Amino acid sequence: MSATAPLAGPAVPRGPVAPRSGPGAARRGRVLGALALLRATGPVGIASAVIIAIAILVAVFGTFIAPYDPNLPNLSLAWGAPSGGHLLGYDFQGRDVLSRLLVGAGTALLGPLAVVAGAMVAGVLLAVTAAWRRGASDAVISSGLDILFAFPGILLAVLAAAVFGPGLAAAAIALAVAYMPYVARVLRGAALKERSQPYVAALEVQGASAASICFRHLIPNMGPLIVAQATILFGYAMVDLAAISFLGLGVQPPEPNWGVMISENQVGLAQGYPLPALVACACIVVVVIAVNLLGERLFEQAQRTYR
Amino acid sequence: MLVASLLVASFVIFAALYLAPGNPISALSGGRSLPASSIAVLEQRYHLNESFLAQYWYWLDNVLHGNLGISITLRENVSTLIASRVWTTAGLVLYASLIIGVLGIGIGIVAGLRPGVLDTGTLVTTAVSAAIPAFVAAIVLILLFAVRLGWFPALGNGTDLASNIRHFTLPAIALAISSLAIVARVTRASIREEGEREHVQTAVSRGIPARKVIQRHILRNAAIPITTVTGITIASLIAVAAVVEVAFGLNGLGAYLVQAAESKDLAVVQGISLVLVTAFVVVNLLVDVLYAVLDPRVTLGSRAG
Amino acid sequence: MSAPLLEVDGLTVLLDVEGAQRAVLRDIAFTMQPGEAVGLVGESGSGKSMTARAIGRLLPRGAEIQGSIRFRGGDIGSLSGAALRRYRGQVAMIFQDPRAHINPVRRIGDFMTEALRTNLGVPADQARRRAADMLAQVGIEDGTRRLRQYPHQMSGGMLQRIMIAAALLTEPRLLLADEPTTALDVTTQAEVMAILDDLRRDFGLTILFITHDLELAAAICDRTVVMYAGQIAEVRASSLLHDDPLHPYTAALAAARPDITQTAHRLRAIPGRPLSAFEAPPAECAFAPRCPHARDICLQAVPDLAELDGGLSRCARAHELRGQLQEVPRA
Repeated sequence: MSATAPLAGPAVPRGPVAPRSGPGAARRGRVLGALALLRATGPVGIASAVIIAIAILVAVFGTFIAPYDPNLPNLSLAWGAPSGGHLLGYDFQGRDVLSRLLVGAGTALLGPLAVVAGAMVAGVLLAVTAAWRRGASDAVISSGLDILFAFPGILLAVLAAAVFGPGLAAAAIALAVAYMPYVARVLRGAALKERSQPYVAALEVQGASAASICFRHLIPNMGPLIVAQATILFGYAMVDLAAISFLGLGVQPPEPNWGVMISENQVGLAQGYPLPALVACACIVVVVIAVNLLGERLFEQAQRTYR
Repeated sequence: MLVASLLVASFVIFAALYLAPGNPISALSGGRSLPASSIAVLEQRYHLNESFLAQYWYWLDNVLHGNLGISITLRENVSTLIASRVWTTAGLVLYASLIIGVLGIGIGIVAGLRPGVLDTGTLVTTAVSAAIPAFVAAIVLILLFAVRLGWFPALGNGTDLASNIRHFTLPAIALAISSLAIVARVTRASIREEGEREHVQTAVSRGIPARKVIQRHILRNAAIPITTVTGITIASLIAVAAVVEVAFGLNGLGAYLVQAAESKDLAVVQGISLVLVTAFVVVNLLVDVLYAVLDPRVTLGSRAG
Repeated sequence: MSAPLLEVDGLTVLLDVEGAQRAVLRDIAFTMQPGEAVGLVGESGSGKSMTARAIGRLLPRGAEIQGSIRFRGGDIGSLSGAALRRYRGQVAMIFQDPRAHINPVRRIGDFMTEALRTNLGVPADQARRRAADMLAQVGIEDGTRRLRQYPHQMSGGMLQRIMIAAALLTEPRLLLADEPTTALDVTTQAEVMAILDDLRRDFGLTILFITHDLELAAAICDRTVVMYAGQIAEVRASSLLHDDPLHPYTAALAAARPDITQTAHRLRAIPGRPLSAFEAPPAECAFAPRCPHARDICLQAVPDLAELDGGLSRCARAHELRGQLQEVPRA
C-alpha cells in the first residue's frame, strides 16, 4: 500500500433491518417460508411437529391400519390383559383397545381441526374487517365480540347438545363459535399494526382494492401469527372436545373416540383394569403437549417478526 | 358492558328453546308426550301464544324474580334444584382457585426470581401439566390416590365439612392442575420480564436493597398481568367444573347440567346455563376492576387486549 | 490541585457476547476533579454508556472487570452490602428515557422519596417536603401536587427533571448523566441542560455527561472525552475540541454536524459504520478503515493514548496531523 494514498473502504453498512416482504410471497416462497418457520422453532418444535404429523396420519388412516375391528364386542374377553396381537388388551366390552385407539384418533383430531378452521376463518375475517375499516365498524365488531366472550366453550357445547341432541357436529360448531371472539381479538391487534404499515398506503395509492390488499398482502404477512394462534387453539379444541365426548355429549358410543374411551372404561379403575382408560389418557396428553410446545414456539417466532 | 353481555347471553339461552327442532312444546317436554292439560299449562306459563319478544320479556321477568321454571323430569322448581347444588360447584371452584392462586403464583414467583435448576424443572413440569385436561387428571388421581393408595374417596360429596373437604380434594386438584401450570408459567414470565425493565435498574442504581426492589417494583408491577391471567383462568373453571363433577360423581350444577342436557330437560338447562354464564361474566368483570385498581394508567372499561 | 473525585485506570470490561467473552471497554482511563463537568462523547456502540455503568456498578451479571475505578480514593469494585449502598447514594445516575426508567404504577412522590426513606431512614413527610423543594429547584411548580401524580400524567421533559431532582435528593457527589436529553425535543433539551448547569454550580456537583452530540457536551462540560470502539480516542478541553482536535475521529464528528451558517452541497458523513468494541481488531487502530488520514503505520498496532498539548490522543499520526484536522479532505 502506498504511503500517500488514503485507505479506501466503505464498509458495508449494516443499515436498517430489511423490510418484511410487502407483497405476499410467491407460492413456492410460501412453502419454503413455512418450512423455515418450523426450523426456527428449534429441536423441540420440530419434534413436536413430527409427533403431531404422526398423530394426523393415524387419524386419517386409522381405520386401515387397525389390526382388529374396533367395534366388535366380545364380553367374554372383557378387561382382558394384553396378549398376542392385542398389544393393549381389551376394553370393558371385550374390544381391542389398540384398534379403538387408532380409529379413535380420527374424531379426536379431526374434530378439533374443524373447530380451529371455523374459528380461525371467522376470526381472521372479523379481525381484518374491524382493523381495515376502523372507526364505527371496528367499534361495533369489537363490542359484539366482547359480548360473545360471555360463553365459555364447554357451556355453549352443552347448550347445543341440549338443543340439537348430542353429537360431534353440534359440539364442534359450538366450540368454533365460542373461540371465535378470542381469535378475533388477538388478530385484530396484529391486523391494526399491519394496516398502518407504509406498504399498505402505497398499495392503496396505486389503486389496489381493499379486498386484494387484505387477501394478497395483509393476511399473508400475518401468517406466522395466524399459524401460531391456530396451533394453540388446536390444543384447546382437542381438550374441550375430548371433555365433551367424555361427558357423553359429543361423539356417541359405540364410535371410538379417546374422550369416550376414558369415560367408558372409568369403571375399570376401581376394578383393577386401568389400562384402557389410561392409554386413552396418554394419547390425549402426548398430542396436546406436542401441540402446546409447538404452538408456544411458533408464537415466539411470530412475536419476533413484530418486534 | 356487563348488562349488555348478560342480556345477550340470556337472549341466546332463551332462544335455544326455539332453535330446537320441533315446536317449543316438544322442546320443553323433551319429546315426551304430554296430556292436554299439561300442554295447556305450559302454553299459559310460557305465553306461547304471544309474540317471540313478548315471550322473551315474560321469561326474563320471571328469571329476575327468581323463577326459573319447572323441571320436566323432576317436577320441581328449577330454582330449588339449583340452590341445592350450587354450593357444591361453588365449593369446588373456590377450592381449586385456592390451589391455583397459592401454588400457581407461588411456584411462578420462585421460578421467576431464581434462574437455575428449580426454574428449568418448573418449566418442564408446567409444560406437561398444562396439557393435562381435567378429566384425564381425574382418572389418574382416582387411580393413584383413591384406588391404589386409598387416601381419598373416589366418588361423592361427603356429609359434613370435614368429609366434604376430603371428598373435594381430588376433584379440586384435577380441576386445578392445568390452570395451575398456566398461571405458574405466566407468573414466571411476568416476573422475568419485569425484572429486566429499566425502572428496576433505576431502583438498583439508587442502592435500594434487593428485597425491597423485588417487592416494590418487580412483584408490584408483575401483579398486573398475573392477576389478570389468574382471574381469567379461574373464570374458565366455572365451565370445566362440570367435567370434574361428572368424573367424581359430585352432585353439582355442572353434573346436573349434563344430565339435563341428556334428558332434554330444557328448563333446567336454561336455568343452569344462565347461572353459570352470569357467574362467568361477573368474575371477568371483577378481573377488569382489579386491573384498573392495580394499574393507574388504565381507566375502567378498557382491558389490554 | 485537590485529590481527584474519580479515577478510572486501565478499565477493561468483558461481556459474554454470543457465547464468548468479548471486550466492550478497552483500557479506559481518565480522572475527574470535584466540581468538574466532563463530557463523554461517542456513537452507538462506542462504550460510553458501558463506562457509566461500570462506574455506577450496574454492569450486567457475568461481566468481567479489569483495571480499577477509585472513588474518593477507594476502590469501588470491592464494595458490597451497606458500603455499596452508601456508594450508590454518593453516585447518582440519570438515564436516557425517563418514562421507561420510572415505575409507571407508583406515584412520583414514591419514586422520589424511595431512596431517602429506605436507605437513609428519613421519615415520609420530611422526605416529601424535601422532594417538593427539590422539584422547585428544577423548575417544577406546585411540587406537593405533582408528588401525588403518576408518571403517565406528565410529559417527557417534566419526567426528566423529576429524575434529576430525585437523583439529587441523596446529595450525591457525582452525577452520571447517560444521554439525559436525547429523548427530548430541542427546546426541552436546552432547559434540561440549563438546569444541570445551574445545579452543578449550586451544589458543587461533579457531572459525567454522556452524549453522542459533541456540541452539546461542549455546552456545559469543561473537558470532553471522545470514545470510539470501546476505547478513548481523545481527551481535550471542550473549547479546543472543535477548532483544534487531536484525533481524526473527533474532527469527523465535528464536521459531520450540519452548520446553519453555511450552505453545503453534501452532508459530511463518516463513511462506513461505527464499530463496537468487540469488533475492533486487536492490532491496529480501530478507526483506520474509516479514516481519511490512515497510513501503514496505523495498521501496525493499536496506538497508545499519548499526551499532546494538554490533551490526550490515540492517533499514531497525531503530531503530524496537528492543525490539519479541521478540514476533512474530500475522500
